[in-house]
Parts: sequence; structure tokens; C-alpha cells
Amino acid sequence: MIERSPGLTEGEIWNHLSEVCDPEVPVLTVIDLGIVRNIQVVNGKVKVVITPTYSGCPAMNIIEQDINAKLIEKGIDNFTIETVLTPAWTTEWMSKEGKAKLKEYGIAPPNIGAVGSGRPKECPNCRSKDTKLKSEFGSTACKALYVCESCKEPFDYFKCH
Amino acid sequence: MGHRLSEWTGHGPILEEDIAMTNIGLDLVGQASSLLTLAGDIEGEERSEDDLAYKRDVKEFKNTLLVEQVNGDFGRTMMRQYLFDVFHFHLMQALSDSKDERLKAIASKSLKEITYHKRHSREWIKRLGDGTEESHARMQNALNELWMFSDDLFVSCDGDQELEDKGIIPNLDNIKSQWDSEVKALLKEASLTIPEEVFMMKGSRKGIHTEHLGYLLAEMQFLPRAYPDAKW
Repeated sequence: MIERSPGLTEGEIWNHLSEVCDPEVPVLTVIDLGIVRNIQVVNGKVKVVITPTYSGCPAMNIIEQDINAKLIEKGIDNFTIETVLTPAWTTEWMSKEGKAKLKEYGIAPPNIGAVGSGRPKECPNCRSKDTKLKSEFGSTACKALYVCESCKEPFDYFKCH
Repeated sequence: MGHRLSEWTGHGPILEEDIAMTNIGLDLVGQASSLLTLAGDIEGEERSEDDLAYKRDVKEFKNTLLVEQVNGDFGRTMMRQYLFDVFHFHLMQALSDSKDERLKAIASKSLKEITYHKRHSREWIKRLGDGTEESHARMQNALNELWMFSDDLFVSCDGDQELEDKGIIPNLDNIKSQWDSEVKALLKEASLTIPEEVFMMKGSRKGIHTEHLGYLLAEMQFLPRAYPDAKW
């Protein structure tokens, strides 16, 4: 049995989970993405509530396993992970840091406030505003494929959802 | 439909469409998985989503006839997709107001995804229907062949009335009139003509399917049947 400090707090769990990365966009943590919706600690028992980005997101099982592994690594063994569908995930839950990290990584972050899935503010490589949609469906469900008319580089855009 | 779209993976006419069809298929499989989990819970016989997907035979499937039709060429796949997407969109929009919280949650989640699907297939119907002589002929042909399965989308079955009275499911006649006006307007815009005097095939809600579903299930269910309870 691992000794658990009696004063396990929700804040600590949030910190632990900010070390869990999304398997498909590894620069983002599950906290950046807004996948972790709630954490409760009641009498030392932890409950983590997560929500999928898209219904068919194949990363969900892995994310759950990764959260599982992280909590065990931190010496926490009394926990449950619950998946909820409502309210439906939206890119508005993505953190500011998350958006900055995406851009740094070469993926144009969701341009919140735009109509529908929106369009990228600029090319993440050369910053040109002259970009063109190639396909509404990209390498993962959450992204669309764009090409920059200025530097000619194709890039992913994280869709508003 | 998710399975049918997965058959295009690696075979799409262009890379972007290969990815699009795979993405849409993935959304649909994800939505089906949520719905089957709910169905299993309601049934109360401890059947999981996988049991329901992989261990039922043709007659136990109640999917609408349109979605089991073969892919054909890309145009035909898009026609099948569009006719379904419009139905799916209006159905899920109505279910987003369902009195059943679980159904409501699945529908609200799905609706965001279906909005992309419909926008995508709609663009192709316009582009190909109103495109070259060749693309127009193919789209008209696809419409002629698939139209006979469109009425099956709106067939009710025993028990629907009760669920409708309770505000759990919408009235399918209302969905049909929304579908009719949207689909007819777009087909006209795409210079396509709805075939007349078509024999309308129905029966999915009773488990009566076209010959294609058996072949589809043979492929889809092969692995779990050959290696029961395999995990990966």
C-alpha cells in the first residue's frame, strides 16, 4: 500500500493531470484541451470526469489509460474516471496556453468567434493571412487542412467546434 | 454507414476525400457506439455495444436500407451520404430536445459533427450534379438508383407513438417534410431530377433488408466471430 497524504486536494490532481498529453497532439495536455471537465475528492476518493472531443475520437481510450497511469504513478489508487457527453465539448474550452502551444507546434489554433468551423487567422509558418482551405477534414477529426498561398506550405487548422 | 465509409479508406479518388470519408465514418461509428451502449442499458440484458454490433444477424439489425447500399463510385457514395445526412441532421436536431437526457446528450454531441458531414456532401452534390456531362450523368444515375430507399427513412414501428407522446422521439412525418423541402431544393439547384413512379422499398424497422447487409456484416463481424472476445 502506498501511503497517501490525508490532505489530497483537487488542485493537486489538476496539477498531476496537466502532465498528461493528448496522444494525437502531444504538445497539448488534457487540461489545455478542456477534456478534463471536473475533479472531485471526497474522503480521499478521487473522481475525474472527462468528455470526448468528437464522438469517434480514437484517442479517448488512450487518454483514459494515460490518466489512469498518471494517477497510479503519483501514488493515487482510489479513483474512478467517468466519461460524460454533455455538455458537448467545444474548442472554447481550450486554454490560452494551449492555443499558444498549438501555434508554436505548427497547427493554427481555433479562431474563436468565427462562423462555423472558422478559418485560421494566419499561416503558422510564415504568418501570412493569405490561406486557402484544402479540405474540411484533416489528419484527425478535430482538424482541417489548409495551404498557405504565400509560403505554399500545407498546415493543419484546429477547427472551432 | 460508418463501415461503408471505412471501405473507402486508402481508395479515395483524392487524398483529401479519402481522409474526409474516413473522418466521417469515424464520427458515425463513434455515434453508433454511444447509441448501442444506451440501447444495451435500456434492454438490461448486459449486452455491450460490441455485442450488439458484432453478435447480431441481419434480421436483428434495424438500420435504414439506404445506409447499407454499396458504395459504387464516389458520386454514388456522396448521393447516399447527402440523402442520409439531411435526415440525420433533422432527426438529431429534434432529438437534442428529447425528454430522455441520455438521448439528448448523444444527439447534441452528434449534431455538431453531422453539420460538417452535411456541408461536405451538399457541396459535392452541387459540384458534381451541375458539373460536366459525365459527372451529371453519374449523379443522376446514383439518384435514380438510391431514391427507392428514401421512404424507408421515415417508417415508424410499434412503440414509436408512445415514445413520441412522452416527448422522447420526434414525429417522423415532421422530419420527412423538413427533409423533403431541403433535399428537393438542393437537387434542383444541382440540375438533378427526382425519378418518378419509383417502387419504394421499405422494411428495415422489421428487420427486412436488401441483400447487401449480409455481405457487409460478414466482413464487419469476421474478426470477433473468428476470435471471440479478442482484445487489442
